[in-house]
Amino acid sequence: MAIPSKRPTSPHLQVYKLPLTGLVSITHRITGVLLSLGLVLVVWLLSVLVSGQQAYADMQAIMALMVFKVMYWGFIYALFFHLCHGIRHLLWDAGLSFEHAKLNQYVLIELAASWLLTLLTFILV
Amino acid sequence: MAYQAPLAKVRGLGSAKSGTAHWWMQRVTAFALVPLTFWLICFLTMGLNAPYRETLVWLAEPVHTVAIVAWLLLACYHGALGLQVVIEDYAGENIKIIAVWAVNLSFLLLALAAVIAVLRIVLAG
Repeated sequence: MAIPSKRPTSPHLQVYKLPLTGLVSITHRITGVLLSLGLVLVVWLLSVLVSGQQAYADMQAIMALMVFKVMYWGFIYALFFHLCHGIRHLLWDAGLSFEHAKLNQYVLIELAASWLLTLLTFILV
Repeated sequence: MAYQAPLAKVRGLGSAKSGTAHWWMQRVTAFALVPLTFWLICFLTMGLNAPYRETLVWLAEPVHTVAIVAWLLLACYHGALGLQVVIEDYAGENIKIIAVWAVNLSFLLLALAAVIAVLRIVLAG
């Protein structure tokens, strides 16, 4: 099954000067990988809840540190970015919004929406 | 001289079985995760800010329990599917299969740990 081959894999990031759509595309993938790590942290939060009140208080004290706060909001932004571009992928899969004029326009909408959602989360909750 | 048409040859080999299932489930889980993100954000916000008791009571609300467990299971599935694609795109033939196995088994364990943690929290009341 596995044929030993020296054939190149598809050219990746280093080959092109990426257009805006390409940058968003690879960011979607990178945020996806990072969010997989974030998923481990969510399960860690659950395990802290199981461990009891003291562990919970310790966790909150650690998460109150500026460095972890910044990381936390980085994760929240990554989540909303991945969500917004994910919806774009679902639109594409439905056969919508392939028009050339809409490509960059939708990227701007995605970026605005992801920042807005992050901001709303920051303000409202 | 072979009297077998290419089509007959293909039929003889049979289908690859899995077809578009991977691609499809990536979309199904994505679609379901969009609204569930709301509960994740609520849970994270409580976990980082609310007193211990309050977070437990929130999580024990039936709707919240179901939403969080659904998010955890779907996120694990979605993450495993996504990381598999990333591995297949960049990893060499030799480590590809092992890496995909490792990812799938890791996410299975993570999902189990998450669900057990939620059950322990909710049942302890």
